Amino acid sequence: MTSTATKLPPSGRRFRFNWVDGFLWFVRIAALITIVVGITGSVQNFMAGEGLSATQWRDLLISSTSTGLMYGMIALGYSMVYGVLGFINFAHGEVFMAGSMVGFIGATLLFDSGFWDSNPFAAVFIVLVISMITSTIVAVLVERIAYRPLRNAPRLIPLITSIGVSFFLQYAFAGLFGFSTRSYPPAPGALGEEIIIFGIPIQGTKLLVFVVAIASMIGLWYFVSRTKAGRAMRAVAEDKEIAGLMGIDVDKTIVLTFAVGGAMAGVAGLLWALLFRVVDNLMGFLPGLKAFTAAVLGGIGNLPGAMLGGVLLGLFEGVGPLLVLDGLGIPAVSQLKDAVAFAALFLVLIFRPSGLLGERLGSEDRA
Amino acid sequence: MKKTSMRLVAALGALALVAAACGGGTDFEEGALGSVTVEAGEDIQIRSLQALSAGVEFLGVPNQRAVELAITDFGAIEGHSVTIGTGLDDICSAEGGAQAAQTIVSDEAVVGVIGTSCSGAAQAAMPLISDAGLVMISSSNTSSVLTSALDGVAQSDWHEGYYRTAHNDAFQGAAAATFVSENLGLTRVALIHDGDPYTNGLTKAFEKNFTEMGGTITVHTAVAPDDVDMGPVLAEVAASDPELLFFPIFPPAGIPLLQQSASVDGMENVVMMGADGLSVEDFMGLPESEGMYFSGPNTQFGPENKNEATGKTGEEFLAAYEAAYGEAPSADFWAHSYDATTMLLTAIAEVGVVDGDKLHIDRLALREALSATSGFGGIIGSITCDEFGDCGVPIISVFQHNNLDDILASKTNIQFTYDPTG
Amino acid sequence: MRNSPYTRMLGLISGVVMSFIAAIGMVENFNKRVLIEPFVTMGYVVVLAVPVLIGILAARGKPSPLEEPARDTGPNLASGLVAGLIGGLITSVFVALVDTFDMTEFFPSMRPAMVEEMTFGFGVPAGLLVLIAVSGVAGALGGLIFAQSDAIRQGITQAVAWVLGVALFEAVVADIFEIDFLLDLIYAKNGGLQPWAAVIIGALAWWLSARYRGTAKQFAFTVRDSEPKSRIRRSLIGIAILAVIVLPLLLGGIVNELLINVSFFILMGLGLNIVVGYAGLLDLGYVAFFAVGAYGTGVLTSSFSPTINPGLSWWFALPIVMGLAALAGLLVGTPVLRMRGDYLAIVTLGFGEIVRILLLSDWLTPYFGGAQGVRQIPGIPVPFLGEVSGTRPELFIYLTMIFVFVAGYIAYRSQNSRVGRSWAAMREDEDVAEATGISTVQAKLLAFITGAIVASFAGALFAAKVGVIFTNSFKVLTSIIILVVVIVGGMGSIPGVAVGAFVLIGILGGPTSQGLLFEFAEYKLLIYGALLVFMMLKRPEGLWPSVRRSRELHGDELSQDAWLDKAGEFKEDDAEVAT
Repeated sequence: MTSTATKLPPSGRRFRFNWVDGFLWFVRIAALITIVVGITGSVQNFMAGEGLSATQWRDLLISSTSTGLMYGMIALGYSMVYGVLGFINFAHGEVFMAGSMVGFIGATLLFDSGFWDSNPFAAVFIVLVISMITSTIVAVLVERIAYRPLRNAPRLIPLITSIGVSFFLQYAFAGLFGFSTRSYPPAPGALGEEIIIFGIPIQGTKLLVFVVAIASMIGLWYFVSRTKAGRAMRAVAEDKEIAGLMGIDVDKTIVLTFAVGGAMAGVAGLLWALLFRVVDNLMGFLPGLKAFTAAVLGGIGNLPGAMLGGVLLGLFEGVGPLLVLDGLGIPAVSQLKDAVAFAALFLVLIFRPSGLLGERLGSEDRA
Repeated sequence: MKKTSMRLVAALGALALVAAACGGGTDFEEGALGSVTVEAGEDIQIRSLQALSAGVEFLGVPNQRAVELAITDFGAIEGHSVTIGTGLDDICSAEGGAQAAQTIVSDEAVVGVIGTSCSGAAQAAMPLISDAGLVMISSSNTSSVLTSALDGVAQSDWHEGYYRTAHNDAFQGAAAATFVSENLGLTRVALIHDGDPYTNGLTKAFEKNFTEMGGTITVHTAVAPDDVDMGPVLAEVAASDPELLFFPIFPPAGIPLLQQSASVDGMENVVMMGADGLSVEDFMGLPESEGMYFSGPNTQFGPENKNEATGKTGEEFLAAYEAAYGEAPSADFWAHSYDATTMLLTAIAEVGVVDGDKLHIDRLALREALSATSGFGGIIGSITCDEFGDCGVPIISVFQHNNLDDILASKTNIQFTYDPTG
Repeated sequence: MRNSPYTRMLGLISGVVMSFIAAIGMVENFNKRVLIEPFVTMGYVVVLAVPVLIGILAARGKPSPLEEPARDTGPNLASGLVAGLIGGLITSVFVALVDTFDMTEFFPSMRPAMVEEMTFGFGVPAGLLVLIAVSGVAGALGGLIFAQSDAIRQGITQAVAWVLGVALFEAVVADIFEIDFLLDLIYAKNGGLQPWAAVIIGALAWWLSARYRGTAKQFAFTVRDSEPKSRIRRSLIGIAILAVIVLPLLLGGIVNELLINVSFFILMGLGLNIVVGYAGLLDLGYVAFFAVGAYGTGVLTSSFSPTINPGLSWWFALPIVMGLAALAGLLVGTPVLRMRGDYLAIVTLGFGEIVRILLLSDWLTPYFGGAQGVRQIPGIPVPFLGEVSGTRPELFIYLTMIFVFVAGYIAYRSQNSRVGRSWAAMREDEDVAEATGISTVQAKLLAFITGAIVASFAGALFAAKVGVIFTNSFKVLTSIIILVVVIVGGMGSIPGVAVGAFVLIGILGGPTSQGLLFEFAEYKLLIYGALLVFMMLKRPEGLWPSVRRSRELHGDELSQDAWLDKAGEFKEDDAEVAT
């Protein structure tokens, strides 16, 4: 027997699948077509023997991945803070910068005294510790002074505050260190040379980035999933109030979150400085933005996602211009590198708003 | 009869009185642009407008200091000292230049300006300065649009009253291209600029000249001034298979570019060449920079080049600069600033009309005097102004860096000198 | 001494802040500016203001909602003194360290000149003792001030404010009151007030404040509580309009130029206010709309723009530019419709950067000029006056004012319209708003589009004024500064935006322009950052808040105050019952 009740569309829903969704689909399709055409063009170039050679592509992949790993490490901090407190800590990029710049003092002193070149690994380790401690201190101080009083404020407020903190830190460091760019000493010992791994020559510093990033990831995974403190972090991320009721010291856990994120950023700061050598007060701004992009790419609140997002972003911005834009015949593609990175964020949010590996948000933040 | 003659005498007498009152003892007549009267005991007012802000002060601070030293060396004009008041900042931006220009023209006692550092600021400042009847002499603007493309036609942003002792970008482009093409004999060049009008102007000028000489630009690309990851751009350059890379940018991007180029496949045998932006200690102290070529305005002035107004040579100036400020100039346009200032002061001295204790300076006469500058001996050489304000001595030199410990010594290792004046 | 640990902590903060101020070179740089001949220089005022403020805080003690702070000269002075001394001690240790170790390689401002200044010329070690003593005295002074009655404290504040104001803004005072002999009388030759002039101004301000404070406050309340269309409001607005019309003719070129720069930020602030303040969408890429306006105008009006150069008149280009901006607003707004607040912020920032990078790119140089920008942008043709551009700021400012009024009108009307109410609802809770039938899609898009159009006004005016545009003027920094202006002035409040723009851009300076206090140029971004954090922590509704926003942000406190009042009533009741 047929039902006499007509199937009505859920009220309003149907009628809103109009031009907004249509526009988004248009953008998705246009983006896909552009990318495919671009890659085809590049492949054609490659087949014709023009453009980058196979070794050049390989080297580009390696260097983009290592940059991406550093983005990933910075992204961990963004992801953790977003998971726990629900806002973007704009100042995290400056936490990264702080570690690098204070580390610069250590590196220069060690270099001048000769210790840098005579005991490379010890010297780098010392500067790593300096960088990590500085970043951690800055992150914790920022939380205590600027974010804790705003724990219960409407979401926009801590976000804007973090912009203010970011600004303040950038120019405080400029006031202290001056505005000119500083150079780290050249990577010492084996780090400065090319090492052959699996038949592929790779720079010592880039290899260090790979090793340290993977080690940190494993260490962080262990910390978050196996230790009591880590579980407390996950509990607080899930629901602050209930975690508090269960006897977890919420304040302490949040401080720990910032500290761990800060430490990761400090490590990234040292690696970045070893690899690229120039540091200045604004060095954290763009990498910070890109790292947040990476966190969103992988799924905010999701730590493996942050790492994956970082690597992917590094690849997008490093390889993207040459792979896609060059194939389209656009001149001076390297200039558009940052635009590609931001476009990647935009496209990810359109194609898969919850990120590649899915979001992990607390109950308060889930839409 | 007696009555008429008495009236005549009275009339003549009246006329004489009037004439005496009006004449005042001098024959000073104001030109179409007005004039400035410097009262007894007052200073002659000129202004310095340079890039002094954080981040770009390395460009403007040496220029301003050179102006101050030049004023000290030149001395007073007809008993009036010269002062620049407070050094003004153009923030190396168009709005900054416009704002500072407004401050300058609001003070009617100002006769002339030495500035700006950045061409963009000059493009915005000149309409104001020109309208107000002032003159401006720049020691580091190099953009062609401010004067001419050296073809006898004024460019879009030329204004009356603008002069410069710096060279026109067209010269440096030609110089660098000629060096690469003829001295080094290379035909494939890659270019990198950083989005700044100056660096972009240089690479464009290079491209134009080099292609005219039959060379090929394999790729003309750019980085952002604050970029540090040079992997992609170096891959792009390496893929185009150049023989030389010309990157006339500044140290923040130049340092990573140089350091990372060593490890990029395909860049091993590429000759590296920069410009005056990179010929500073931060960059030239890097071991990888040894062997690099640098083009830029000639800074080896030799003992014969004396500034005819003050009698100083380049070396004497540098010694005085070091003594006063404890460091060497951070950019290469100090001599141009010094000469520009003395040019202005000489012109003021020339056209100033003494009137008792006062000094009248006619603005139009000042412009005409500066435009007529010909064969003025400066530290940079013999200065002659063309009709569009290009007074610079267009000698561009290319040196090869061969001394990591002594940058100044390296700068004497000149490989090529471009001198279109013959 | 009450609350000793608190006092000690304040002392610590004081020491750190003073050391920081010295370490960034502020003391050294600012001391070049004399405020009151011959000793009161700006550097010392800034650095010693810290212990004075700390002294006040120390005397107040730890703030508690239940107790009123006690104003008792003895203990107050003591607390202030202790805090000041501790601060001075920490700072002197810092100065001693700087003197001993040469750290100029890393910290260029930590050099002998700084030590000289901080030890008041006495050098180490005698000067250090002087420093500690001076800091202690300053702290004690703060405590003493706190102990005074309300009236005296108001008087002191007014006196200090006026003296500082007249000393700092010498240029403006000279520009406005061009009475040379009076100026020479008050100001010393090398800048700064004559000491006796400072005393007179201070005393005058004190006396006036004492005498007329009541009347002034009453007047302010009358205005605030008056009906929107009342006589008093109308006459005030009328006077304001008259002043605004007549003022540019009186002011010189310098101040007019500054006011034009301020107006650009008022315009952009009004636009961003609509997006952030009304609709609650944190757009960090707002400068992109400004760029669309500027580049649109440049390309359409300049006869030197490459490829596309119709060479239109500015007035013909304007509607096209507005249309382009509206389109841009639509393009930016549509994809972000469903995004959370934070994501929206980053994505819009990304858009802003993408626009800037594309305008700068070699790829689009044939259309937008690339690194060389667009030049020879003609001024705005006005009948009888020819082309008005930045060369005649006293005329140009009228043009900007017209657009500021238009934008203000748009903002005002939209706030009180149906759309404005749906924005408010959306801001409070988006889901509930949807449920009540408000189309958030429309509301958001309308916000973006309106904001974009207002920004394009600023862009078009900017292009005509400066005559040449480069992408340097359209960086993220500018977006953030507009945000700071809106927030510090008052989110969602139209007069707030004007206040914010005047205070920040006019006094401290904008990203590419200078303010009245040009000595602050090096530190202004630092101050912006600190100001933003401070405002967010202490007064998120801004300097001139919209009433609605105040209520939203201080909801908790207001209900707490109400609770306390009630508690007070109960206490009295209890006391009555007890007797």
